[in-house]
Amino acid sequence: MASTGFFSSSIGKKYLIGLTAIFISLFVFTHMLGNMLLFVSPEVYNGYSHKLLTNPLIVLIELFFLALFLTHVLYTIKTTLENKEARGQRFTITTSGAKAVTFSSKTMIYHGALIFVFLVLHLLTFKYGQIYEATYNGVVMRDLHRLVIEVFQIPSYVVWYVIAVFLLGLHLHHGVQSIFQTLGFNQPRYTPAIRKIGLTYAWVVAIGYMFQPLYVFFFYQQ
Amino acid sequence: MSDKSINLTLKIWRQKNANEIGHFETHPVKDISTDMSFLEMFDLLNLHIIKAGGVPIAFDSDCREGICGMCSMTINGNPHGPDRETATCQLHMRRFSDGDTIVVEPFRAKAFPVLKDLCTDRSSLDRMIAAGGFVSVNTGSAQDGNALPVPKQDSDLAMDAAACIGCGACVAACKNASAMLFVSAKVSHLGLLPQGAVEKERRVLNMVAQMDKEKFGSCTNTGACEAACPKAIKMENIARMNRGFFSASLTRR
Ligand code: SF4
Ligand code: FES
Repeated sequence: MASTGFFSSSIGKKYLIGLTAIFISLFVFTHMLGNMLLFVSPEVYNGYSHKLLTNPLIVLIELFFLALFLTHVLYTIKTTLENKEARGQRFTITTSGAKAVTFSSKTMIYHGALIFVFLVLHLLTFKYGQIYEATYNGVVMRDLHRLVIEVFQIPSYVVWYVIAVFLLGLHLHHGVQSIFQTLGFNQPRYTPAIRKIGLTYAWVVAIGYMFQPLYVFFFYQQ
Repeated sequence: MSDKSINLTLKIWRQKNANEIGHFETHPVKDISTDMSFLEMFDLLNLHIIKAGGVPIAFDSDCREGICGMCSMTINGNPHGPDRETATCQLHMRRFSDGDTIVVEPFRAKAFPVLKDLCTDRSSLDRMIAAGGFVSVNTGSAQDGNALPVPKQDSDLAMDAAACIGCGACVAACKNASAMLFVSAKVSHLGLLPQGAVEKERRVLNMVAQMDKEKFGSCTNTGACEAACPKAIKMENIARMNRGFFSASLTRR
């Protein structure tokens, strides 16, 4: 009899990874949209971040996302190790030609790991980085805009940032459509559309994130 | 018969038994008729090896017409060779060019231990069938044709899934050595028809539990299985199995 719990089964683990991926995918999209405020004005940019940070539920939301990220990361590491074990001896060569698979789908754990490193550094640079202050209409708030402008003047940081969001695009390239397959949505009627939407979503997010560092580095004048 | 023939260099996996560490052995093979199947070329090669006093290469085959699922060779990294929807026995030498070097390995996975050379023990697939891939209700003697209505679409989907020959190429192709395409084919094939639908919850739970017990990997949706499958079993079946497994886990008592 099937005695083990849902989330310890191979399919259950994939469900957890897929479910957490939904929230993370939505999060990276809204974060990308928020970043676009950089092109409006420092006041709007800082005001938006101030609004988010002063939300009374912010700690809860942050904890929720922390749990999501950790679940996603830990379960993918767990299944990757199990899968490596299941594969055993590698082929001397892998499938190719008409039987090849996409590059992004077979390298998920690698770009995933790099994105995780990026995420940690990103939090250290911005969220827990240098605190400047600005006052708008008598309200004192964090001047995140100034920090962002400063950081994006550093060539090595811009290069690393652009590479990291490119990897995020690659991760979503396989990831978004994969969520649907894992959760059981695959029907010839709508799967081609899901594929296209998934790819568009991935690259809109990735390219969206590239705008700010590239703009600041090449065109921003104080 | 065409009179075209080619010469090839074969690098073939040799392994005395399950405990030995295997190695590749290189064999130049001359005068291969392009009308031969891949397995017939192996017969020819074995003939030469036997004549020279060597030990012939062990490989599995049975029907040689693409329906039994025994022939299992990974050819240049591709289970069943370069063509889609083609089992090794249906692969012809005209697909290769004179002077090619071809690497031939067994179907690899932890759950498929190599027995000898290219032969693997794929009884893990049988044990998953035994765990639930059957219909245990007695269907009795033949009924009136219209007594059990089956929608055309369901019968088509079930028959497409039933085309699975249990070869294990999906497992061999998968970077995770996942057997989900195979299991999902059985789950769909039986669960979509009225006689099998009665047990579909129990079936999917038990077959997945057995799959995990056999230590197959879990699917990451790369699609390598679908591409390697000689019977064009679709990943849609895996999605169906995932849905079925989820709802069966929710409703089981
Ligand atoms: S699903 Fe395809 S590749 Fe897998 S065992 Fe069945 S026929 Fe072979
Ligand atoms: S020998 Fe039967 S399928 Fe190839």
